[in-house]
Order: sequence, then structure tokens, then C-alpha cells
Amino acid sequence: MVTISDPALSAIWLTLRLATVTTLLLFIIGTPIAWWLARTRSWLKAPVGALVALPLVLPPTVIGFYLLVAMGPQGPIGQFTQALGLGVLPFTFWGLVVGSVLYSMPFVVQPLQNAFDAIGERPLEVAATLRAGPWDTFFTVVLPLARPGLITAGILGFAHTVGEFGVVLMIGGNIPGKTRVVSVQIYDHVEALEYAQAHWLAAGMLVFSFVVLLLLYVFNPNGRRK
Amino acid sequence: MPQNIEIIHARFRVAHPGFTLDVDLQLPGRGVSALFGASGSGKTTCLRAIAGLEHAPGGYLSVNGEVWQDDSRGLFVPTHQRPLGYVFQEASLFPHLTIRRNLEYGMRRVPKSARPENSKIASLQHVVELLGIAPLLERMPHKLSGGEKQRVAIARALAASPRILLMDEPLAALDLKRKNEILPYLERLHDELEIPLIYVSHAPDEVARLADHLVVLEQGRALASGALGETLARLDLPIRLGEDAGVVLEGEIAELDAEWHLARVAFTGGNLWVRDNKLPIGQHVRVRILARDISIALGTHLDSSILNVLPATVEQLADDTHPALSLVRLNAGGVALIARITRRSAAKLGLHPGQKVWAQIKAVALVG
Repeated sequence: MVTISDPALSAIWLTLRLATVTTLLLFIIGTPIAWWLARTRSWLKAPVGALVALPLVLPPTVIGFYLLVAMGPQGPIGQFTQALGLGVLPFTFWGLVVGSVLYSMPFVVQPLQNAFDAIGERPLEVAATLRAGPWDTFFTVVLPLARPGLITAGILGFAHTVGEFGVVLMIGGNIPGKTRVVSVQIYDHVEALEYAQAHWLAAGMLVFSFVVLLLLYVFNPNGRRK
Repeated sequence: MPQNIEIIHARFRVAHPGFTLDVDLQLPGRGVSALFGASGSGKTTCLRAIAGLEHAPGGYLSVNGEVWQDDSRGLFVPTHQRPLGYVFQEASLFPHLTIRRNLEYGMRRVPKSARPENSKIASLQHVVELLGIAPLLERMPHKLSGGEKQRVAIARALAASPRILLMDEPLAALDLKRKNEILPYLERLHDELEIPLIYVSHAPDEVARLADHLVVLEQGRALASGALGETLARLDLPIRLGEDAGVVLEGEIAELDAEWHLARVAFTGGNLWVRDNKLPIGQHVRVRILARDISIALGTHLDSSILNVLPATVEQLADDTHPALSLVRLNAGGVALIARITRRSAAKLGLHPGQKVWAQIKAVALVG
């Protein structure tokens, strides 16, 4: 009988940790970006929007490659993190986080941007005539009205991070307990012809992904219709 | 710039492609001022500029002594720091909050120092009663009818203790039935409010019922600005509230004639008999008299079916839009009336300013 092994559990745990941290960071970074994209009339809107959407079309290996170079000892980010005494990021958990944040960015920013767009100008004007300042309005009107978009963004950001492979392999390598996430673990099993273990994890991913998307479509139909 | 306490001074110049607004208005610091005009006349832009929702560069705005915008000094108070209430054409209630929370939204954000202690509008309960929305408080906005929503929107604006209330066609999105459901509440506001109300509308009946001061806007410019009665009685301007020229008089119900179902409205210039609409004696009312419903006679005709005949003095004659017609401005005991008669009749009667005549009024409409 095949049981879920320790390496598998550790890979699952790492994957969940990575996805959670990434999603939280994406909300913190992605919300202002989405708000700016939804509101601005600057000419920078198109270039920034395209930049955010890049991971949708680029092979993950390209992103992973550039990040590897940039975060490496000679790269600008690497120089910076070394100056801060943090060492270099590739092949560490936080290196994976950086890669995941960039890679999953469009899956968080775009639903948020759509939700902010859909709110329109009027509720903000109403709030202003009722003496709410811009921050107050954002937290008491914008975020509650954008709730379907927030849920969609959170679920997609999380699920997409769980499902990444190429970026992880490029900048994280395959270090058990540190950078070996579920998708990499499956790859390992297949390489080693351990099809039974690969099946367990692969089927688990399949079920997980289906359930996540099902929840998204059942409980948040409005967020996806936009 | 002298700062008159009881006055609103607004000077804005906005230029968008295909549209300009160029106004310099002095509005009374109390009562209802109507900004009247067709769509595209700039009335909404003007109101938005007063609210600070639109920044008209180089503008100036003071409200009862407080300067909210003076770009020559680099002063522009953002909307959320202006003590105003704004009612949009669509109620725009916050869909995620109950009616009660909608009402409290602005109220809770009034700085403690700015909460008027003895002003009646300070209390939520009073506002709720004034607009008759007590049964709605715990509901969500989407459960309300259009008319109910708009009443809540008005209450929400009032609950924030504004020092000026701005309304942008609050009835335009409603059907006639809903409109008639809200108008009485607006009239109550008109009677009870201690703050100025600026009311944007293109509907003549609303203006006739509510306005004390009338500003007529056309293509971004103010054609006329003055007290309602005087402005409507001007012959030099093509001002029409609706399809015809006419005046609005204010008076009160002085007597009821039960036998003939008539009510006597007493106004400064005399008395008018109108159909009894079950209004109590002492009720403040407005009546509207159209120019086409007034004819002029040199003597009283007791054998006529016309009920209302007022002694008046001819003040001015002017050509009307059609060459066969002329407009005559009459003074009936200090109140201005306009009559439209044919030029032939005017010549036959030899009408001239200063002449004593009788104004025969065929129809009087009670507007509120």
C-alpha cells in the first residue's frame, strides 16, 4: 500500500506556505497597482498594464531565468540583498516567493482592476459629499463593493501559485523542505519512475484545482462574469 | 472680495471640447435657488463645481461667508471637507449598507465641533420623520422602490448636517407617480430647511413649485438670475417654464366655499378663486398663471363666465414670438402678471403703459 510519504507531506506543506505568503504579498502589492490602473488617465497605464500581464504569455522559464540572473550574486537585486545582509535569494524560500509574486501578479491584479473599474465614479463622489476622505472611502466603500473581485483575486492568486513549476525550478531548484514544492515533487517521482507516488500527488492537485475553481464559480458567479 | 454673510457667490469658467460654462452667480443664502435649463446648458457642471466634484480652474466660490474655492489664492477645499449635502439624479445609495447605515455614513463623519447642537437637522430621527422613511431603516437598498431610494438619499444628505444642500435633478429618473410621491417632501424641506438649497432641474413644474430664486442657464451662460416671480415676468427674455410664458404667485388659502367647491387664495395683489383641493385654511400655496390664460378688458364684465378678474396696470408691451401676438406685463397690486393677446386687440384697446385695465384670468393652476 502506498501512503503519503514524508517528502510528499513536506512538499505539500511548503507549497501551501508559499501560496499563502505569495497571496498575502500580492494583495499588499497588487491592490494599489490595480487601483492605480483602474483610475489613472496617465499614458503609463498601457505600459504598466502590459508589464503586469507579461507572465500570462511568457514561458515561466524566461521569468525564472531573468530572476535567477537578477537575484544572483552579480545581479542588481542580488547586490542589493547582499548589501542588506540577506545573502542571495535564488534557491531559498524567499527567492521562490519573489518569483511567485511576479508570476501570479496578473491573476490578482486583473480581477481587482475589473472590480474597481465596475464600481465607477459615483460611489466615490457620494462618499466625498458625505465627508469621507480618500482613504476612508477606499476602506468603507471601495473594498466592500469590490468583494467579489477580492475573492476571485485571492483564489486565483493562491491556486496559480500552487500550480507553478517552471519558475520554481529555475530559481528554487529542488531542495527538499526548502524549495521542493508539489509540482517539482511530482516531476521527481516521474523521473524516478515512481508512478504510484506521482499519481497520488497529481490526483491530489487535480482535485484541489477543481474544487478551488468550483468554489469560485459557485459562490462568486458575479466576480467571474465581468 | 467683500464677504456677504447671507449669500452664495459662485464664479466658474469651465471649458471642455464642445462645451463651456461661464457663470458669475450671486444666489441668496437661504431658500431654494433653481438652476433651470435644457440638458447641456451647464447646470449640472455648475452644481458639481459648487460641490468641488469638478475643479473649475480660476474659479471662486463662497457660501454664506466661507470661501471654498479661490484659485487666485490657491485655495480649493476638497469635497469631503465641505459641509454640503448632495443628492444625485440616481439615489446612489451604498448597496452594501442598510438604509440606517447609509444614513449614518455621513452623520458619523461630521466633526464634533461642526455638529450643530440646536439645529433640527442634526438629529437622525428628525430627518427620518421629515422624509417618512422610518419603516425602511433596516432594509437593504435594493429592496426599495425608486422613490423610496431617492427619499433616503435626501435624508442621507441632510443627516450629515450640511450648510448647503445641492440637488441634481433628483426627480428626473423617476416616473410621474414616484415624482408626485416625493414633491410634497421637497416642499416640506423648502418650508423647514434653514440652509440654502440649490436645485438643478429642467422640469418647469418642479421649478414652479419649489424655487424662490431662478437662474436660467443656456449654453453655459446665465440668461437671467433673480427672484422667481420677477424673473418669470420679464418680457425681454425668452424665458419659458415649459411650453408657455407665465408667472407663479404665492399666497395662502383664505376661505373655502363648500357650495361651489372653491377655495380663495389670498396673495399680495388680491384674491384668486381656485378649485378646492381639500387644502386647509392658512395653507401656503403657489399658483401658476400662464400668459395665454389672461385676457385684458377695459371694464368689468359681470356677464362673463370668468371667475377671476383683477384690477391691474399695464406696465410694458413687447412683441411675442409670433408677429400676430404681443405680451403685456401687468401690475396687479404689486404682483407682476403676463398676458398674451393679439396685437390687433392691443391696438383696438389702445393699450399703453400706465393704463388701468382688468386682467381676466381664465385658468389658475395650483402648483403646490
